[in-house]
Amino acid sequence: MPPTTRTRRGALLVAAAAASVLLTSACSGAAAPSGGDTAAAPGKDDKLTLTVYSKFTDREYGVVTAGLNKLKAKFPNIEIKHEGNQDDDKLTQSIRGGNPPDVAISFYTDNLGAWCSTGSFQDLKPYIDRDKIDLTQIPDAVRNYTEYQGKRCAMPMLADVYGLYYNKDMFAAKGITSPPKTTTEWFEDAKKLTEFNPDGSIKVAGFLPSMPFYANQAQYWAPNFGAPFLGPDGKSDLASNPGWKAMFEFQKKMIDFLGGHDKVEQFKAGLGDEYSADNGFHKGKLAMIYDGEFRTAFLKDQAPTLNYATAPAPVLDTMADHYGGGFTTGTIIAIPKGAKNPGAAWELIKQVTLDTDTLVDMANGLKNVPSTKASLTSPKLDLQPQFKTFLDIYDSGKLVANQTTPIGDAHLKAVNDFAEKWQAGSVPDLTAGLAKVDAQIDDELKQKGAGG
Amino acid sequence: MTSTLAEKASPSAPATARAGARRAKRRRTVLFFMAPAFLGFLIFFGYPLIATVYYSFTRYDLINPPQFIGFDNYVRMFTTEPLVGTAAYNTLWLVVILTVCRVTFSLGIASVISRLKSGVGLVRTLCYLPTLAPPAAATLAFVFVFNPEFGPVNRFLRLVGIDGGLWFNSPEMSKPALTLLALWGSGELMIIILAALLDVPTEQYEAAELDGAGLIRRFWHVTLPSISPVLLFGVVNSIIYALQFFTQAIVAASASAGTADVAGNSKLIGAPQNSTLTYPIWLYVQGFRYFNMGYAAAMAVLLFIVSSGFTWILVRQLRKSQHQEEGA
Repeated sequence: MPPTTRTRRGALLVAAAAASVLLTSACSGAAAPSGGDTAAAPGKDDKLTLTVYSKFTDREYGVVTAGLNKLKAKFPNIEIKHEGNQDDDKLTQSIRGGNPPDVAISFYTDNLGAWCSTGSFQDLKPYIDRDKIDLTQIPDAVRNYTEYQGKRCAMPMLADVYGLYYNKDMFAAKGITSPPKTTTEWFEDAKKLTEFNPDGSIKVAGFLPSMPFYANQAQYWAPNFGAPFLGPDGKSDLASNPGWKAMFEFQKKMIDFLGGHDKVEQFKAGLGDEYSADNGFHKGKLAMIYDGEFRTAFLKDQAPTLNYATAPAPVLDTMADHYGGGFTTGTIIAIPKGAKNPGAAWELIKQVTLDTDTLVDMANGLKNVPSTKASLTSPKLDLQPQFKTFLDIYDSGKLVANQTTPIGDAHLKAVNDFAEKWQAGSVPDLTAGLAKVDAQIDDELKQKGAGG
Repeated sequence: MTSTLAEKASPSAPATARAGARRAKRRRTVLFFMAPAFLGFLIFFGYPLIATVYYSFTRYDLINPPQFIGFDNYVRMFTTEPLVGTAAYNTLWLVVILTVCRVTFSLGIASVISRLKSGVGLVRTLCYLPTLAPPAAATLAFVFVFNPEFGPVNRFLRLVGIDGGLWFNSPEMSKPALTLLALWGSGELMIIILAALLDVPTEQYEAAELDGAGLIRRFWHVTLPSISPVLLFGVVNSIIYALQFFTQAIVAASASAGTADVAGNSKLIGAPQNSTLTYPIWLYVQGFRYFNMGYAAAMAVLLFIVSSGFTWILVRQLRKSQHQEEGA
């Protein structure tokens, strides 16, 4: 029997209704961001399990798990389920999927602005106000990279500070008695320390400025050249800022000294992975590297006989008064939207971000900088001389962090992409090239309704 | 009997109703058995397709409700966003070069294997084995093999006086290096083409040989027409493979840049100089990392339209040429 007009109409109506339901459910799947009220701490009889996502693995996973479990001294009824190897992508997907952990830990501050602005992380201010937490115990720069436009949606768990590592034996062999403090000294020392093979290829690099490579990333270098990403109007400010030009000119000068882009790439390809025992600095192929304090733990573990020292990163010649400071970033901890136990999650966050003993234990284990001023002066802190340099940088009052933006790491990708092209000699006009990067970053900002 | 014949000759109203009921019952049965497939299609293809088209007209971060913004995402794609063009170019490069190389390479290897007199099983297995390697592991192995400084390929080339180049560390050579990686893992297509080659009737070769046809003419006039449907499948399959090129490009970019740490950050994606930034990678980054799901949806819609269009044209052209050959 052929379908009647009525049957067809009925089928169409059912299909339309189904489509509407599907579309409506898709459009309204995400609930409004939470915030405002605070959840109470769990009672003594409330048995619960807190799920924590972090990217820590292996040795570091054990250190952080031990730190998290210190909460049990106050709340023996809370079990901690720490899931390691959970990167930012997995964390974001869990929030989008409505099944987030109670506590989120991220290695990067890059995505903080995006998480804050989208409501992916809950606002912690009501908790901070309720518990009368004094945030001035955390340095300004570190406070800045854990909030976005005044919204505190994360706390700093431990901080990373960047400086210069140098091989003392190589320095002594070339008669260099102290680490460079300015970019001119840096270049001269790098020249002295570099050795070439008879065919002109690089045997040992005084410093390898290739970017992005290891911790050579534009945003890590930028504070030492006085180069911020955003101008006062919130727009990208690379082309008009002399700091960026100085930084890229310095980088190109070093690349040219080493024989040009192809020779640098050839040499770079022969160096081991950043976090492996074959890291070029561990193996004596690089006399100096720019890196974070955590490298001291890798060196202790993977190259215990290497005779090295650390110092603040050299700064642009015209910024001598900024020497002793540097770039900071760090591990952040937050309560994701949709967390099932926010009250208990906040108690855990307080424990691992503000309790001095917990911070010091984790800092000693991970060789990270503990983020509060009290923990910096704790007698329990392991003051290995190479590590102390970073504590001093942290306490210098000259720390600079990345500006938080709602575009994740889009601006960082844009500027590092540019650095790749620039060092390869593919950019004829530095200012025009930086202007294109500005346009690219502003386009991303515009997507988020930001950028002036 | 008479009445039955009469009924058949001129069906009465109750008989028509019974026949209609039978047809309706049969239709319901058919629908019932088709329902799982139909529902699967609706849920996993129909709904996502409609939703993607809808989201492409919105600003949507997958956290908060989407905001309708009209054609803004499409306008941005064609005007202000610079990397979508780079990504599209890289993918188009892979579609053209990788498809041609993959089908030709698989056909070549399959032709050699089909002529082997002994050790066929071993060679076939060896050629197929790379297909089983996980893409990330295979890519890491290739980055090592093609390492400009200590990789065996460049060492060998240096021995014979050739400068092997930077491979994955060079924007000019990274895509050819990825193509070599894809060819190494194209055993699946090789096996399919081999099966088709072995299926060509030997009588046709014998007849062509008697007519004086040489190796090339036999291949052109006997082998190719016989396996053309399989080759068409190979071409479409390779185009889809190139359009979805993702894992190998991401892993190669990070490994060649000196770190295996790309999970959760985008700074090394596309290295060197965005030469390995493919369209699906950029779509993923925009949608899932930069919270621009509306823009990513617009990219997906464009990809769907372009790839559907090309596939349709390709299939149509190949069918046309097949018919012409059959007619001749």
